[in-house]
Amino acid sequence: MTTTTKPIPKPERAKPRIDWRKLGGRVFQAVLSVVLAMLIGALLLLVSGTNPLTAYRSLFYGAFGTVDRFAETLVKATPLLIIAVSVSICFRAQVWNIGAEGQLILGAITSTWVALTFSSLPAPLLLVLSLIAGAIGGAVWGGIAGILKAKMQANEVITTSMLNYIAVYLLGFLVRGPLMDPNGFNFPQSALIKESLELPRLIPGTRLNLAFVLALLLVAGAMVFWRSTIGFRTEIVGASRRVAKQIGLSVGGTFVLVTALSGALVGMAGWGEIFGLHFRLIEEIARGLGNLGIVVALLGELHPLGMLVSSLLFGALVVGGNAMERNAGVPFALVDVIQGAIILLILARTYFFKKASAS
Amino acid sequence: MNVELITFSLVVGWLAASMRLATPILFAALGEVFTERAGILNLGLEGIMLVGALVGFVVTYATGSLWFGLAAAALAGMLMALLMGFMSITAKVNQVVAGIGITILGSGLSTLLFRMFFGLRSTPPQIAMFPTRPIPLLSQIPVLGRVFFSHNVLVYLALILVAVSWVILYRTRFGLAIRAVGERPDAVDTRGLNVAVLRYVALMIGGALAGIGGAYLPLANLGLFWTGMTAGRGFIAIAVVVFSRWDPVGALIGSLVFGGAHALQLTLQTLQAPIPSELLLMLPYVVTIIVLVSVSRRAEFPGAFAVPYSRSGEE
Repeated sequence: MTTTTKPIPKPERAKPRIDWRKLGGRVFQAVLSVVLAMLIGALLLLVSGTNPLTAYRSLFYGAFGTVDRFAETLVKATPLLIIAVSVSICFRAQVWNIGAEGQLILGAITSTWVALTFSSLPAPLLLVLSLIAGAIGGAVWGGIAGILKAKMQANEVITTSMLNYIAVYLLGFLVRGPLMDPNGFNFPQSALIKESLELPRLIPGTRLNLAFVLALLLVAGAMVFWRSTIGFRTEIVGASRRVAKQIGLSVGGTFVLVTALSGALVGMAGWGEIFGLHFRLIEEIARGLGNLGIVVALLGELHPLGMLVSSLLFGALVVGGNAMERNAGVPFALVDVIQGAIILLILARTYFFKKASAS
Repeated sequence: MNVELITFSLVVGWLAASMRLATPILFAALGEVFTERAGILNLGLEGIMLVGALVGFVVTYATGSLWFGLAAAALAGMLMALLMGFMSITAKVNQVVAGIGITILGSGLSTLLFRMFFGLRSTPPQIAMFPTRPIPLLSQIPVLGRVFFSHNVLVYLALILVAVSWVILYRTRFGLAIRAVGERPDAVDTRGLNVAVLRYVALMIGGALAGIGGAYLPLANLGLFWTGMTAGRGFIAIAVVVFSRWDPVGALIGSLVFGGAHALQLTLQTLQAPIPSELLLMLPYVVTIIVLVSVSRRAEFPGAFAVPYSRSGEE
C-alpha cells in the first residue's frame, strides 16, 4: 500500500491490487471446470462407442493445427468475446440479459441496411455509419428489455429470450422480403455489400479481419468502464438494489443503461460478422452465439481479461468441434453439452471447494 | 383473405387447436407452479422440456409404447430437476444462472443424444402418435365438446392435472407445506419440516411435468424430434406462471392464451392471410411479452422466491 505517503487515504478502489493467490485459485478452478466438463464429454463419447482421444485430438488439431486453423479460432472468438464483454456489463448489475442472439441479429440487420441503402457514400464514412447503425439496432433491442424491467418489472430472462425468437423471425422475414437479394435466385439472403466495405484481413489468406481488433478494443474499453463512475454505479446496483436506492442511484435507469449499452456492443458484433465474414445478411448469422457468449462471460468470471482467455478457448472449441464432426464423425452438439456442464461446474465450484477445505 | 371462410366452425376449430397447442405449455406451467410456490425459480424449464422431448421420442421409438416413452420423459425431467435442485438448494448458487446453464445443457444433450441414437439419415425417424379419442357424450356438447373433449389422451390428462394440482395445493397438508416453504421457510423449519426435502420434491414434480410437456410435442403433436423443437415453450411456461398468479386454474387460462396465439398463426396461414408467415410466427412471442408486461407489476411473488434457505448463523 502506498497510503503512508499520503495524509488522506484514497478510497479503496482507487488502486486495485492483484491478490495473486486468490487469482491463482480462481484460474485453477476455472481450468478444473473446463477439464471436468471435457471429461464428462469424454464419458458420453465412450458410452456412444467413440474413442474420446480420437475425438479430442481432431478437435485440438482442428483448432490449433495450422496458422489457418488458429486464425479461424480467432475469427470465431471475435463475436464471442464482444458478446461476453456485453453480457458481463448486465450480469455485474445482476441483470440477466440472455438476448445477445437477438441483439446481434438486429445489429446485423441495421448495419447491412445502411450499407445497402446509402451505398453511394464514400466507403470509410459508410463503414462508420453502418457500425453506428449496428450499435443502435442492438441497443434498441436490448434496451426494450431494460425499459420493460425498469417500468413494468418484467423478468428480463423471459423478455430477452422472447426477443431472440422475434429477431430470428424478423430476420427470416427480411431476407425473404424487403431485403432479399433481387438477383439472388430467391435464396433467403440480402444483396452483397460493396467490396470496398469489406473489413481488411489481418492475415492474408485467412478470414481473420479487423473485427478482432474491435473486440480487443472493447475489452480495453470494458476495463476503463469498470474504473469509471458509471461502472462503479453499475456494480453498486448489482451488489444491492436497496443500497443503490438509499444513496440515490436510479436503479431503473441503470437497468436501461446496461441493457442498451450491452445491446450496442452486441450490435457491433453483428456488424463485424457481416462486414468481416459474410458480406451479406444470412439467416444463420447468430445461431448459438448468444449462449456461447454467456458461457464465455461466466467462465471468464465477468472480468475482461478472463473473458479474453475463455473466448479463445471457446473459439477453439467451436472450430475444433466442427473439425471433429467432419473428421471423427462426432456431433458438434458435444460442444453444447460441454458448455452447459462448464456453466454448472463454474457455479457449483464454490460449494465443492468449501466442502474440500472443510474436510 | 377469404372473409366468408371465417365462419363459426372455423372459430371453434381455432379454439380446439388452441387447447391442443396449450397442452405442452400447461404441463410445464403446472409443474412450475409447484416449484415456484416452494420458492424456487426453475429457469431451466426449456432445457428440461427438450430432454423430455428427446427421451420420450427415443423410448417410444425403441419400445413402441407411447406410455413407456411418456414415463421415461417424466423420469428424465425429474433427473434434470434433481440437478437444478442440487444447484439451487444444496449448492445455493444463483438460480437464474443455474437455469440458463440447465437450458444450455439440456439443448446440447438432447441434440447430442439424438445424433448418437439415429446418426445422420436422409429421412427423419418417425413414431405413431397418441390418437385422437373424443370422449363419448361430452364431445357431443356444442362448442365445448370440440374445444375440450375431442383430443388425444394427454390433453385430458393435462386438464385433470389442473384439478388435481389445485386440490393438492390448497386442500392437502403437503400443499400447505409447499406453499409455506416458499413464503416462510424459517417457519416451516421451526415446525420440524425439512425445507430442502420439500423444495426438492416440488422441483421434481415440476421436472416430471416439464418432461411430459416436452414429450407431448413428439408423442402427440408432431411424431418427430428435432433440435430446439420446444421453441421457447419453457420460457413461455414461466411467463404463464407469473400470469397465473401461481395458481393451477390461472395456468390453464394462461396456457390457452399462448396456445391461442400459436393456433391463430396456423389458422391465418391456412386462410392464406396476406401476412408473411415469419411475422405470424412471431405472434406467440410478442403475446408472451405483452402479457408478461401487463401482469408483472401487480404480481405478488412468493415471499422467499429464488432465495436459498440457510438457518441463521449457518453459511
